[in-house]
Order: sequence, then C-alpha cells, then structure tokens
Amino acid sequence: MKKRFFAGGLTIMVMAAVLVGCGGGAADPVGEGEKENKSAEAGGSDELYVYNWGEYIDEDVITQFEEETGIRVIYDPFETNEEMYPIIEAGAVTYDAVCPSDYMIQKMIENDLLAEINFDNISNKDQIDPAYMEMSKAFDPENKFSVPYCWGTVGILYNTKRLEELGVEPPAKWADLWDERLSGEILMQDSVRDAFMVALKKDGFSMNSEDEGELRQAKDALISQKPLVQAYVIDQVRDKMIGGEAAVGVIYSGEMLYIQEEVASLGLDYTLEYVLPEEGTNLWLDCWVIPKNAKNKENAEKWIDFLCRPEIAKANFEYITYPTPNRGAFELLDEDLQNNKSVFPDIDSLVNCEVFRYLGDEVDSVYNDLWKEVKSN
Amino acid sequence: MSKKLLAAPYLIWMAGFIVIPLALIVYYGLTDRNGAFTVANVMSIAAPEHIKALRLSLGLSLASTVVCLLLAYPLAMILRNRGIGRGSFIVFIFILPMWMNFLLRTMAWQTLLEKNGVINGLLSFLHLPGQNLINTSGAIILGMVYNFLPFMVLPVYNVLCKIDDDTINAARDLGANGLQTFLRVWLPLSVPGIISGITMVFVPALTTFVISNLLGGSKILLIGNVIEQEFTRGSNWHLGSGLSLVLMIFILISMAVIAKYDKNGEGSAF
Repeated sequence: MKKRFFAGGLTIMVMAAVLVGCGGGAADPVGEGEKENKSAEAGGSDELYVYNWGEYIDEDVITQFEEETGIRVIYDPFETNEEMYPIIEAGAVTYDAVCPSDYMIQKMIENDLLAEINFDNISNKDQIDPAYMEMSKAFDPENKFSVPYCWGTVGILYNTKRLEELGVEPPAKWADLWDERLSGEILMQDSVRDAFMVALKKDGFSMNSEDEGELRQAKDALISQKPLVQAYVIDQVRDKMIGGEAAVGVIYSGEMLYIQEEVASLGLDYTLEYVLPEEGTNLWLDCWVIPKNAKNKENAEKWIDFLCRPEIAKANFEYITYPTPNRGAFELLDEDLQNNKSVFPDIDSLVNCEVFRYLGDEVDSVYNDLWKEVKSN
Repeated sequence: MSKKLLAAPYLIWMAGFIVIPLALIVYYGLTDRNGAFTVANVMSIAAPEHIKALRLSLGLSLASTVVCLLLAYPLAMILRNRGIGRGSFIVFIFILPMWMNFLLRTMAWQTLLEKNGVINGLLSFLHLPGQNLINTSGAIILGMVYNFLPFMVLPVYNVLCKIDDDTINAARDLGANGLQTFLRVWLPLSVPGIISGITMVFVPALTTFVISNLLGGSKILLIGNVIEQEFTRGSNWHLGSGLSLVLMIFILISMAVIAKYDKNGEGSAF
C-alpha cells in the first residue's frame, strides 16, 4: 500500500490543480492519432483517467494497455488515501479507476462515491484467489465495488547484527518496540492508523477500536515510546534499514523482496529479517474501484480486467514486489518466490490479523487529535 | 493602453494563482464541513497541541533568523569592502546552490547528519565518539539557516553597497572609532536591509514543514506540519485553512514592519 515517493511538492501541485479546476495528467503521446481512430471504430470513448499510488504499477503495463485497446491513459499518482479522498469527493477531476485501501473503500462506499462494477466485463476475475475476495468482504460486504490488486501485512524489520551488538533478542511482538535498550534504534510509521495499530495491538485491543479508554491508553503508550523512536517515517524505513541506520523498523511486507535483493547485491555484512508480531497485525488490501462520477466506466472495467490478467499481474508484481492476490500470476512465479514467506505469508498464519475499517469522521478526528498530541509531545 | 496590455499576463497570473487560492483558503478557513460559517477552525489555534507547535515554530524560526543575521552581516560587510567585481562573484558563488532543488539540498543534509552519515563517519575515523545530530531541534535550525541564509545575505549586502564610502570616511574624520562608526553609521543605514532579510528568513522558516519532516524525523511537530497533516492525512481542509489564516497574521505583521522601516524598497533582495 505504501510504496510512494516522498514529494511534498506533489501534494501542493495536485491541490493547485484542483483549486484552479484543471486536472492535467501525464498523458502518453505515443501513437495518439492511430488510437483515436481505432476506438472511434469501436464506438466508445478513448480516454481513461487512472488515479493510483505512486510507483504502484509497471509503466510498461500502461503502454501495453494503450497499444492493445487504443484507450489513452491519463495517469496521476497520489501519496495517501486521505489525500485522494477529497479529490474524488470534490469531483473537479473525474477519475475512472482508483486504487485505494480497504478502509478508504469502505468510506467511499458509505458516502456513495463508488459505482458497482459490472463483473461481466471482468472476464479475468476468476484469477483473483477467492480467499482475497473473502477478505475484502470486510469493507465491501457483497464484493460489488472492488477488485483486489495488492495485499500485505505490516510487521517488524530488524537488523540481526545490530541487535546482537545491543544484546537484544530479535523482536517477536509489538511490545518489543517498547524495549528501553532500543533507544534511538526504532523507526515507526508516520501515519495515524498505522502508529495506533501498533500501540492498540500491543495491548491486545482491536486496531479498529472506537473505545476512548483504549485509544487514550494507546496514545499514552505512543508518548512513552517516543523517546526511544529515532524517527517517524513512511517510505524511508526501507532505505534507512538497508543503510543500517536503525535496529528495528515497522514496515509494509511488500518492501521485503526489494530489501532482500538490495542487501544481497550491496554485499552488506548484516541481514534484515521480517517478523509478523504475534499479537497480530494489519492485513491490508488495495483494490481497484470505479468512482460514481466516472465518465469512462467501460474503459475502467477494461483496465481492471487487463490488470487481472496473469501475465500483467506478474509484471506488476515484479515491479512493485507487493504480494499479488492473482493466483494465475502466483503460479507463473519461481518456486523460490512462491515459498518466500516474508513476501507471501500463509494466510493461516495471520490469525490475529485485522483489516482496517473506516470508523466514521468523528472517530477519525479523535484518532487525528490523539496523534497530534503524540507528535507535539 | 499598451502598458496596460503588457500587465495583462501578470494580472491573470495574480488572479488565478494568488487571489483565487487565497479566497479559497479564507472560505475553507471560515466554514465547517457542511459549509456553514464558523470561526472554530481559526480559534482551534488555542488547542494545547497547536499552541505548542506554534510556540516551537516561533522559537526555532527566531533562532534561525538570529543565526542567519549573525552570519550574514559580517559576510555582507566583507563582500561590500571587496568592491563590486570580486564581491559580486562571491555572491554568485553563494547563490549557486540555490539553483539546486530545495528538497535535494535538505535531503543531502540527512546524509551528512545521519547516524552512519558523513559527519559521524569522519568522527569515527578520528576515533571520536559519534554524535546524535539528526532528528533534533538543532538539525532543524541548521536546515533553516542553510536554506534561508542567502535571503538574509542579499538584502543586507545590497543595502550596504548603497552606503557611500564618503559617509564612512566622514565619520572616521570626525573622530569616530571603529565601533562607533559601526553603531552610529553602518547599522542605522542598513536597517532596511536587515528588516527585509529578517522577514525573508523568518516567514518561510515559520511555515516550513519539509525541513522539520526531513531533518526532525517527524518527531518535532511545527505549525507547518500540523497544517500539512490536516490537508494530506486528516482530510480536514477546513482546519488546515483556519490555521493557515492564523499564520497569515504573522506574515501580515512582518509585512507591516517592512513597510514601516523600508519605505523606499532599499532592502529588496535582488
């Protein structure tokens, strides 16, 4: 879910674009005229506005889609679910296909922002492992609005050598992130729900808790942890851990393949291991949805269908390295990869895991206020 | 008529990118999610965590402004005394890094200050103990000073260049010693440049969120970060705009100060 480049400026640019009411995008100029002809014959519109996480697709896939269908893709990236939401809600730019996360999809369904997908047009939908369709019922109870794209867990990444030097045993649970010996060695996630997930799960609460007492307890726990934390970061966890800056970091499982390859190719003298904390963790799912105000719904369905194709899903997996729910793509992978448990954990091992749910604006703002207290402390 | 035509592109620019966004900020800042008028967004500056962030921002940006001034004034004096040709070459060298992206330059400081970064690498090579440099208030002040120092040097340098040598010589002829010349002649005459430099450093330092994110490890929450979070993560544009309005008050105050001390625009940077 969280593979995005850091660009504060991007946010501002996106906002500026919305404010003046013009949504530009990186249009692909290749062979435009020819495509227009092709789709004119087909009798449909020839554009598709896609809104996706940064670095969350193999760009060749976009080109391939354009060549095959003659539809011109206008592709914009976003950095957080929260940043994407008001843009879809305001409707100044109408996107046809968007890829939000679980809880945000629920919020969009509840606020009537999504269109039902016509699954007759998604011939490859059987490629999606039914287990994930089951999982996505947590936020899309009837599987009407969303098609899973990537999934994963959040866990602890640790530097074996650094922990040895500190004389600390490898972490196995979230509570280990409160170990005083790790002072200045911890990287935490810099986002409200992820940070509270760690603190809530540590004390055995649900990460979707709405109970004020539990949330206050989690807030106090985060404040008491703050002196031990080296930094609150998002994507930088990956690079900082590879660079040996910290001993432990909270990270999205999808980064593991990249990290393992990088550590091997740099010939580092330490190894980085990933562990799923025993208290359970966040199981997340990013899915393609179609906003209600989409102008090119059929093109969006073609796009989703295209992405569900095993070869395409495999190409995307190889680029983004986040686990794919596409069983066709999974079968195309090397056996080594299929058995790599830090990339593809057994679903059975995810006993205590939960999927984030949207808790309503009021509870959201309670979370935000408590998080601000943590950060300003 | 033709002059008016020439101004048209700028007028359009100003309307589209200054007036309309500003009006939107005011609109969002003074309404709630349902579009009803409210001052709650603006008043929320009084919430303890916002006050704390504002106080911290004011503190850090004041500190970096003072450091900038202390660094820039002597430098500007030296540059001025070098004469126009050599002085302006050094000024050119000085602003050269500004051609590089601000984000990149700040990220470069990350690499320097990190635990396994360049500075600690040098220290450990010299068998000195490593220092915890990054993710501290000091690192943020350093980042602010580094990024905004040219904005202090240039106006001060400009205003110093305009002081006639004869004025200085007259002061010396009349028996003023070095310190007296500085206090009675240099300093009063350079006030417009100093004021303009102070605002040009203070205002961006007060509102920054990138520097505190990158060099503070997001552990230190400045008011700029609060506003950024409201927009990008909190999905609460109303609160973010309300707080921006509060910050604008500080900016208006500093503009009023400029207007008072720098009537002729002498201290302008370029």
